[in-house]
Amino acid sequence: MASVKKEKTQSIAREKLVEMFEKMLLIRYFEEASIKAYQQKKIAGFLHTYIGQEAVGVGTLTHKLPQDSVVTTYRCHGLYLALGGSPREGMAELFGKVTGCARGKGGSMHFFSKDHNFLGGHGIVGGQFGIGIGAAFKSNYDEDNAVSFIFFGDGALPQGTFHECMNLAALWDLPAIFICEDNQYGMGTANSRAIANTEIASKAEAYGIKGYTINGMDLQEVHDTMKKVVHETRTTRRPALVHMKTYRYFGHSVSDAGLYRTKEEVEQYKQRDPILAETQYLTENGWMTEEEIKTLQKKVRAVVQDAVDFSDESPEPPVEELTRHVFRDEEIA
Amino acid sequence: MAVMEMREALNLALKEEMTRDEKVFILGEEVAEYNGAYKVTKGLLDHFGPKRVIDTPISESGFAGLAVGAAMRGLRPVVEFMSFNFSLVAMDQIISNASKMLYMSGGMYNIPIVFRGPNGAGPRVSSQHSHNMESVYAHFPGIHVMSPSCPADAKGMLKAAIRCNDPVVFLENELNYSMKDEVPEGDNIVPIGKGDIKRAGKDVTIIAWSRMMGLAKQAAEELNKNGVDAELLDPRSLKPLDMPLIAESVKKTGRVVVVEEGHFFSGLGAQIADSIYTNLFDYLDAPIVRVAQSENPMPYAANLEAATLPSVAKILQAVDQVSYRN
Repeated sequence: MASVKKEKTQSIAREKLVEMFEKMLLIRYFEEASIKAYQQKKIAGFLHTYIGQEAVGVGTLTHKLPQDSVVTTYRCHGLYLALGGSPREGMAELFGKVTGCARGKGGSMHFFSKDHNFLGGHGIVGGQFGIGIGAAFKSNYDEDNAVSFIFFGDGALPQGTFHECMNLAALWDLPAIFICEDNQYGMGTANSRAIANTEIASKAEAYGIKGYTINGMDLQEVHDTMKKVVHETRTTRRPALVHMKTYRYFGHSVSDAGLYRTKEEVEQYKQRDPILAETQYLTENGWMTEEEIKTLQKKVRAVVQDAVDFSDESPEPPVEELTRHVFRDEEIA
Repeated sequence: MAVMEMREALNLALKEEMTRDEKVFILGEEVAEYNGAYKVTKGLLDHFGPKRVIDTPISESGFAGLAVGAAMRGLRPVVEFMSFNFSLVAMDQIISNASKMLYMSGGMYNIPIVFRGPNGAGPRVSSQHSHNMESVYAHFPGIHVMSPSCPADAKGMLKAAIRCNDPVVFLENELNYSMKDEVPEGDNIVPIGKGDIKRAGKDVTIIAWSRMMGLAKQAAEELNKNGVDAELLDPRSLKPLDMPLIAESVKKTGRVVVVEEGHFFSGLGAQIADSIYTNLFDYLDAPIVRVAQSENPMPYAANLEAATLPSVAKILQAVDQVSYRN
């Protein structure tokens, strides 16, 4: 095990760190279980996992208040769980069951949770920027002091909507935090082959807003910097751009063989794994014993197994579901 | 009844609905300080202020997407496209986001948005400014499509669209904005899905909407001189279609001409004809005849523009054909 020792900063209280650590474990185990279920053909279509990127979602969304909104890409399971979305309903959605968070109609790319103002996972690259600034617009309209978290991949940076929505947010003082989860590849294209200037945070300057670069493999750095960013956006109503340098251990989706990158590169990042790092931090600082870590791991694995069992046992959507929810005003259609 | 222009009727609908519900706001290019490219939003900025009447930069995809997010969080946006040609830039937001959101969220997030603005050919603006978008938007489940042909309908239909809890594409017409007619006072609503018989007749049913209804009316007057009694049916809602009203008319006349400004191939008229053939075949005395724009982009030259668009003469010819008179 490579050393990922960190200085004890104590910027995060023990309870908070353990809570975030547990969330990262939940995401990791949930995604591992989803890959297994995919191989067992219980899940089909696309499956984009969040493994490797857990620190980004968990360290950021720990600062979300109830009135805040969150929107993201098709790589949406991790954020849904980080927000407190039900593992049962998440897994059942992947299984295409009526008990899923979108009643089995959305699937892997379209997780939603109204309880958390989670405005969805979205399947068109760059299609979610407008939704995110719309939520920020609503906050100003209703003066509810909310902010809007907009997650996107580095692959979305060359899309026009990124620039349109950065411009609108800066122009109108919309409290939107643009969080680029830079896992370095837009599917199989390295971002150096897609983005003219890969210093992503520098794009903020063009719109007169602040840009930040964060090591997205470091939960505590994500937590600490995002605390400042969220506070600043909430109080000044100015948008911000955050460049999270992260990595996905698996392919773009489960069907991706990953031939565009080396095994060594993947291994290098796995050595910096946020779960590994926090395990060491917690034990070395005496905040948790190895025994306590094992107990926690067991507990989280049980939660995920329960979600799988629940999904196995859940019914498919009845055929009447096919034509439900096309319109809210069903009497018109 | 007050007499007013179509643009004034639309303006009144916006004003009444924004007064009724403070969650309703309007955004688009030039809607506020300029008072609207076609003056549909005239005076709204003064009345409601910049919080609810919002000038946008030229960012159709950005502001249409913003409306989707605002709608998900409880607001009721009216998005003005200066022209529906520009909605093409925002189509991902309208189709992939607005029309699918309720379904793919398992009924969680409905999208009460009206996307409105002028549709179809303006005079002499050539290929990129003359699209008819109704058959495109009507193709996708999750959106209603409406298009008024007179000021009274414009007001009543826009009010229904704003009160609808789902996305509505509301297609106006530049050449109809100055059309003047009576508009009933008060809270008059034209429900989505309700068509209207604009002229009762017994010999042939002419189905037309928006600006084409004006041509159909002129054709009906000509036909009347020759003893042909045409019934004019305006579906008003292009999706959903008022099939009971269409059935009633077809059963009476047995002959149908469908007029649309858009192109012939995959035009909405093809869907209307199919619905009639499928459900009312035994009532038809002749194959349905369609009048539509020919299969070429819109030319600039005046003679070519006239040649490609439907006209009164083409409608008369179609009525002759469906009546076996030539």
